[in-house]
Amino acid sequence: MDLLEYQGKQLFARHGVPVPKGAPASTVEQAVAAADELGYPCVIKAQVLIGGRGKAGGIKLAADRAAAEEHARAILGMDIRGFTVHEVWVEEASDIAAEYYASIVFDRAAKRPLVMLSTHGGMDIEEVAERDPQAIAKLHVDPLLGFQDFHARRLAFDAGVDSDVVRGVGALLARLYAAFVAEEAMLVEVNPMIVTTDRAVAALDAKVTLDDNALFRHPANAQLRDLSGEDPQERMARERGLTYVKLDGNVGILGNGAGLVMSTLDVVAQAGGSPANFLDAGGGAKAEEITSAVEVILSNVAVTAVLFNIFGGITRCDEVATGLIEAFAQIEPDVPFVVRLDGTNDKEGRALLAAANLPNVHAEATMLGAAKKVVELAASEAVTSAEPSGDEAAGRGRREAG
Amino acid sequence: MSILVGTDTKLCVSGITGREGTFHTLNNRRYGTDVVSGVTPGKGGQDVEGIPVFNTFRDAVAQTGANTAMIFVPPRFAADSILEAEDAGIALIVAITEGIPAHDELRVYNHLARTRPASPAGTGNPPVRLVGPNCPGILSPGRANVGIIPASFFKEGNVGVVSRSGTLTYQIGNELAQRGFGNSSIVGIGGDPVPGTSFIDVIAAFEADPETELIVMAGEIGGSSEEEAAQYIAEHVSKPVVAYIAGFTAPPGKTMGHAGAIVSGTAGTARAKQEALQACGVRVGQTPTEVAAIVAEGAAGSG
Repeated sequence: MDLLEYQGKQLFARHGVPVPKGAPASTVEQAVAAADELGYPCVIKAQVLIGGRGKAGGIKLAADRAAAEEHARAILGMDIRGFTVHEVWVEEASDIAAEYYASIVFDRAAKRPLVMLSTHGGMDIEEVAERDPQAIAKLHVDPLLGFQDFHARRLAFDAGVDSDVVRGVGALLARLYAAFVAEEAMLVEVNPMIVTTDRAVAALDAKVTLDDNALFRHPANAQLRDLSGEDPQERMARERGLTYVKLDGNVGILGNGAGLVMSTLDVVAQAGGSPANFLDAGGGAKAEEITSAVEVILSNVAVTAVLFNIFGGITRCDEVATGLIEAFAQIEPDVPFVVRLDGTNDKEGRALLAAANLPNVHAEATMLGAAKKVVELAASEAVTSAEPSGDEAAGRGRREAG
Repeated sequence: MSILVGTDTKLCVSGITGREGTFHTLNNRRYGTDVVSGVTPGKGGQDVEGIPVFNTFRDAVAQTGANTAMIFVPPRFAADSILEAEDAGIALIVAITEGIPAHDELRVYNHLARTRPASPAGTGNPPVRLVGPNCPGILSPGRANVGIIPASFFKEGNVGVVSRSGTLTYQIGNELAQRGFGNSSIVGIGGDPVPGTSFIDVIAAFEADPETELIVMAGEIGGSSEEEAAQYIAEHVSKPVVAYIAGFTAPPGKTMGHAGAIVSGTAGTARAKQEALQACGVRVGQTPTEVAAIVAEGAAGSG
């Protein structure tokens, strides 16, 4: 889970990482009140989970009250690369003498946290890494030992930070590492980490990614999820406990097990189709979960055909068939389904489907055959639905029962 | 022969009294696995259909000689259970649990790396200690099943399979079975960011196993373990290896079901993995069906 800048800064502050004073605001009035409280000049910063805010006009310096109001009005509601700004962070202005870069990433390959420090802050660090790899000091930390003072010194001297701020930079890194471990982050990034004109070190930005699997230990963090930026179908799926990722195509996909679903997307793409989603019904899915999953898939109006690819291990094919039959009773889908059932109780599952004789449901024996069939159906459906169809055009005839 | 689990396996199940734990333990025993004990704190002295339950792994090892552990407890207790099994002297720990926090996995991995015994002669690799987490387990057809792999789809044979995904393994195994191939062992290493066992560990074990004649590896997007395996295969593996990679259509920045399956920037893409493997002489099938076809060709060629 990614945090907004101000959420990251508040998290940093809890662990003693120095950050400039500020306050969040979701209305112009709140923003002006916050600015008055902080004093002028101050900075109004758009809070969205995407980079390039400055270039998009989402970060503005306000010299006085009138400017604060004008900027807050312009930024709130602004669209930044597809993300609507619902909140701003109003922050005291900083006198910047130098811009550094610091981050800690969960390095999967090394299986250790990787701490990075550079004096080339304020810009895209990947560009710096490409142009001048020597400009970034790096160090892996043994997670059982933790971050030591000598680690901080080595990074600071290797990166070549100004000698009068070696201690300040080191202290910030140590606190950042404490935050990374205590909050169970996958990434904490400070770009820029600034040295002020009075030689203090502070985090002027904050990028934090938390481990979703650890949120049960951090209930306050779990509340921070930014719902405004979440896709409505993805939210619906998450609330129902399904693993769903929305994609750009028109072939709805349901499978069991992440690897098999990924493979199904690939096979559909190779057959010339374009998947509309990734949906993993999970191991041991029961009928009601399958019904729920069908609703999520069909809530995306781009879907013109649906593929079920099930290889049952702990998932039982008869449960999947029952769930699909139930979904047809509740939703009356108007798009064709292709169903491939193999594995545990596959004969029972196929028999259930055959007996139910659902309209426009096609059974296929193999994964490859099923992929070809669904691509063919999706294409012909797309052609049909492109023709005017009266008042059904928008929702394409999908309706909820009851 | 087989790798990791077989007729010498003496299994102890952590979480044996839970609903899923009981179900799969009994499944494993029905298959022929020697399930000697279980651990559930507070339920020592009870039994699950005749399998004695202990409060601690220490008691279970002392009294039943368990040498392999299966972890079936919820995520918040799983890291502790793995560490307890290791502390009790268990040689192989198979963690089925999905959803363990990444920092827990990091601590466990680094602790096990510290306490691992020296490399066995010849392989140059440390012995496998933890398989998983978030994996379907290990099946050695005809000998032992430790985990949740549906054994009825597989029979004895000479193809070793290692995979990051459960159901994808069944799909590939089934395609192989339809062409008449059986398996020495099937090892699920799991879909998490910090697996205890890598492709390399398992491929090295298959290379050393006289029964395994051909190796199939099934990878997916995220991380760099397939690329590392490619390099290892080029330098150390004489047996033919056929690979499959899932996730060509995955968009960057989205986790595809497995916590470890995410493309970040240009790192961890399916294409990069495929190219790395092909550059090291590994044939890569575009679909599970094609993987089975390549295996069949290889078998015909070598026969």
